[in-house]
Amino acid sequence: MLLWSRRSRAAILIGFAVVVLVVFVAPLATVVIAGLAGSWTDALPTDLGFGHFDDALSGENLASLSVSLQTALISGGLALVLGTWAALAAREAPRWLSRVTDAVFHLPIAVPSVAIGLGLLIAFNSRPLLLGGTRWIVIVAHAVLVLAFAFSAVCAALDRLDPAYRQAAESLGAGPARVMFRVTLPLLLPALGAAAGLAVALSMGELGATVMVYPATWKTLPVTIFALTDRGQAFQAAACTTILLLVTLVALVLLGRIRGRAALR
Amino acid sequence: MTAVLEQPASAADAPARPVARRSRAALWTVPPLLIVLVAAAYPLIRVCLESTKVGDAERGWSTWSGVLASQMFRDALWRTVAIAVTSTAGCLLLGMFVGIVLAFVPFPGSRVVGRLIDTVLALPSFLITLAFTFLYGSAGAVNAAISGITGGTSPALNFLYTPAGVIAAEVTFFTPFVVRPLLASFAVLPRAQLDVAASLGASPLRVLRSVVMPEAWPALMAGGSLVLLLTLNEFGIVLFTGAKGVITLPVLIYTRGIVTFDLPGAAVIATVQIALSLVLYGLYRMVFARLMSGRGRGDTDVVVEPAK
Repeated sequence: MLLWSRRSRAAILIGFAVVVLVVFVAPLATVVIAGLAGSWTDALPTDLGFGHFDDALSGENLASLSVSLQTALISGGLALVLGTWAALAAREAPRWLSRVTDAVFHLPIAVPSVAIGLGLLIAFNSRPLLLGGTRWIVIVAHAVLVLAFAFSAVCAALDRLDPAYRQAAESLGAGPARVMFRVTLPLLLPALGAAAGLAVALSMGELGATVMVYPATWKTLPVTIFALTDRGQAFQAAACTTILLLVTLVALVLLGRIRGRAALR
Repeated sequence: MTAVLEQPASAADAPARPVARRSRAALWTVPPLLIVLVAAAYPLIRVCLESTKVGDAERGWSTWSGVLASQMFRDALWRTVAIAVTSTAGCLLLGMFVGIVLAFVPFPGSRVVGRLIDTVLALPSFLITLAFTFLYGSAGAVNAAISGITGGTSPALNFLYTPAGVIAAEVTFFTPFVVRPLLASFAVLPRAQLDVAASLGASPLRVLRSVVMPEAWPALMAGGSLVLLLTLNEFGIVLFTGAKGVITLPVLIYTRGIVTFDLPGAAVIATVQIALSLVLYGLYRMVFARLMSGRGRGDTDVVVEPAK
C-alpha cells in the first residue's frame, strides 16, 4: 500500500523479518534452547536433553512454581474483584470521585515496583498490620501491582459496552442488583477473563516488589531464577524460565478463552 | 511487571442520573478506594516519612544530605536517566519501523507477528537479559560464531555488562509498548489517503512524512512517555545484568534496603524516584488525554473514504 514496486517491498520485508527474528524471536527461542542444552560454548548448543527440565520440576524449583501459581491466582483474584468493583462503582460516582479512583488505582504502576515493595516492608512490619515475614505480604504486593491492569481493562470494557442492554433491563423493572448480576457482569465476562489472564501472567513474572518483601518460606519462581543465575547456574535458570513462560502462556490462553453465553462479539 | 495500559475511562459520556441515586452509588466506590489507599498509597507515604528518620526516634535531614551528596547516588541517578532516555529513543525508532511495516506493507503472517509482539508484553523482563547472556555474553553463541570464523580468541562483542547491554535489552523488551498504540492510531487512518497521495506522485517517504506521521505523533508521544516511565522504573533487566557499572536507582534501592539493610537510606532514594516517576506519569496522562480527544476529531475528517 505504501510501497508499490516489488523490489522495494521485498527489501523492506527482509529487513523487517531480520528485526523480528533478532528482537522478538531470538530471545524467546534462546531461553528455551538453553533450558534444553547441557552446555553451550560454541555457536550451537550441545548435549540437548530434558535433564534441566526434570530438575526444574522437582524439589525447590517445583515448590517455587507452586508458590508462584498460588500467589498469582490469589492476588489476581483479589485484584480482579477490587478492580471490577471500583470500575463499576466509579461509573456511577460523580466526576471528581471517579477521577480520584482512576488516579489512585493507577498509582502502583506509575511508581517503581521496588518502591512499592520497600513501602510495604516499612508499613506492614509492625502491629496492627503485621504482614512482614508471612506469605501475605507477597500476595498483597502482587495484588497491588496487578490491580491497575485489572481496573483499566474493566474500565475499557465498560466503555465499549452498549448501555442499551442495561437500560432495557431497567425499563422492564429489574433492580440494580439484578441488572448487575444478570446483564452487566455476564456481558463483561470475556473482558474479565482477559484481565484475569493478564493479571496472572504479570504476577507470575513479578520480581521487583517480591524481592523486597519475600520471606524465606515463600519464594516465587522469579526469585528462585534470580538466585540460580546469581550462583552461575544459567542453564537451570533458563529451564525454570521456560517453565514460567509455558505456565504464563497457558494461563493467558485459557483465561482469554472465557466467553460465557453472552459473548460481546 | 509491565504491560500496556488500556485507555483510562472517561466519565464524560455517563448518562445523567437522579442526584439521590448518584450519591448512594458514590458510596460503593469507597470500600475499594480505601483498601487501595491503605495497601498502596499509605506504604508510599511511609517511605517518604522513613527517609527523614535519623537514629531510632529522631527526625532530620541528615540522611537526605548524606545520600544526595554521595557519588554513588549521583552516578546512579544520572545513569538511570541516560539509560531510560536512550532506550526510549531506540524503542521509538524500532517501534516506528515495525508499526509502519505491520500496518502498511501487508504480508502473509503479519497477524502472527502482531500476536507475538502482544505476547511479549505479558512476559517477565529478566527473560531478555537471560537470553542475552547466552546470545551475546563473552562466552555466548554469537561470540563463539564470530571467533569461529575469524579465529580470534578475545570476544568480539563485549557490551553486555555495560550500559549499552542494558539499553539493548530494554529496547528489545519495551518496543511493543510503542508498536501497540501506533497500530491503533494507524487503524483509524483511511487507506485511501495513502493511495491518493501516492497516485498524485508522492514518494513513499513523502507519504510517510506528510500523511502518516501527522496521525502518528500523538501515539508516538503516548507510547514514548510510557516507555520512558517504565524504563526509569525497570528493575529485572538491570538486576539480572548484575554488573557494577550499570547500577540504576531501583537496583540501588534494593541493595541499600535489602542487602545492606539501610532502610532510611533506601527510602531517600525511593522518594526521589517516586517523585520523578509521578511527574512523568502526570505528563503521560496529559499526553494520553490529548490523544483521546484528538481521536474523536480524526473520525470526522475522513474526506476520501472510497465509495462502496
